[in-house]
Amino acid sequence: MTEKTRLTREQIAQRAALELTDGAFVNLGWGIPNLIADYLPKNITVYFHSENGILGMGRRAKPGEEDYDLVDAMKVPVTLIPGASIFHQADAHLMSRGGHLDVAVLGGFQVSEKGDLANWKIPGSKGSGGIGGAMDIATGTKKLIVCMEHNTKEGTPKIVKQCSYPLTSLECVNTIVTDLAVIDVTPEGLVLREVAPGWTPEEVQQRTEARLILRGDVPQMKLA
Amino acid sequence: MKSKIVSSLDAAVADIPDGARIMFGGFGGAGFPNNLIQALSRKGIKDITAISNNCGTREGELGIMFKNGQVRHVVCSFPGPHANYFQERFAKGDVTCELVPQGILCERMRAAAAGIFGFFTAVGVGTEVAIGKEERVIDGKRCILESPIHADFALIKAHKADELGNLTYRLAARNFNPIMAKAAKFTIAEVDEIVPVGAIPPENVITPAIFVHRIVQAKGLRFQG
Repeated sequence: MTEKTRLTREQIAQRAALELTDGAFVNLGWGIPNLIADYLPKNITVYFHSENGILGMGRRAKPGEEDYDLVDAMKVPVTLIPGASIFHQADAHLMSRGGHLDVAVLGGFQVSEKGDLANWKIPGSKGSGGIGGAMDIATGTKKLIVCMEHNTKEGTPKIVKQCSYPLTSLECVNTIVTDLAVIDVTPEGLVLREVAPGWTPEEVQQRTEARLILRGDVPQMKLA
Repeated sequence: MKSKIVSSLDAAVADIPDGARIMFGGFGGAGFPNNLIQALSRKGIKDITAISNNCGTREGELGIMFKNGQVRHVVCSFPGPHANYFQERFAKGDVTCELVPQGILCERMRAAAAGIFGFFTAVGVGTEVAIGKEERVIDGKRCILESPIHADFALIKAHKADELGNLTYRLAARNFNPIMAKAAKFTIAEVDEIVPVGAIPPENVITPAIFVHRIVQAKGLRFQG
């Protein structure tokens, strides 16, 4: 079966960027979320948070501009925007865990219909694994968005009834942005808010293990 | 008053015994006490418990200690993509590892620093981290009991120290360093520069001298990648 075109990783990031509001304090995780900074709407200012102790992180440093005492959570030299601040790691995590951060965007391996997130370890993977900041960030942030591909490379759904991968945090996800859809986690279940251009709600449901709730016509994802 | 300043890196770590519990500052290549780590490894220390966010970058940072088999147990959050010497030792069973969510790692050290014997948090509930921990519902939220993390020594990196041991840090090289300085019984700071008492404006001091027991000046050593 030839699959229709799905959104690229960049397009997922582009769509997720539209969820950010002017003046928000935002943490971006590894992977697709990290691309979001490139697609911010022009008319808004967002203060990016980094768990090593930065608020107001700017663009990546250009060659020659790098200061290796000023890196993001991925070890990449970055810059600061006016109004930035620096603090220690405990305060950085206090901002997310304590509910001060407005939005966090993380990658995911699985999200359940209750909004449970699994994103730190693949079952059966070799080595120790590593948790990092994901559990603290997922547990306390006011709004958690997960960006990921809708299915694994083998086609297995990643939006599931119950996570089978090691959990990061329970009932923490608010919105899922994938290469096929935008989905909100609500007390009633997963609500299909938008579908990727060219896809129908039924086709998205076929590629989703958890049941999706449709509320009227489901519009196509807008990317800008 | 006895000076806290020592003249050499080897002298700075000379009295750290085998089997010690040691905290190591640093994150993302920034703020690692790399000169002190090298001195500690050179001294031939054995069987330490390391408390650190990560487990080295190849031979850099804590990597050399894993390569040489000097670490018995590690409490960490994210060993890291280039912690190959740690992973080799871990696979062979030479090193045991407790993984801790990064912010909870900070808070458990802060509890040790503050004389707090435990705290409840929602972080880790229902995950592998919760195994064996007391669970309680507080204000309708499931929480687990976390315990303090103590250490005999902290090896940290700061930017400037005055002769009393008041410290400042550069940018995001601060990370875990001020937290560990407070949590350990004895803190040894590697700094870029030592300045006279009074040269750091009091309101700019990040780690007050009460938390710092030994200071050594060294040219910063950084491992890329």
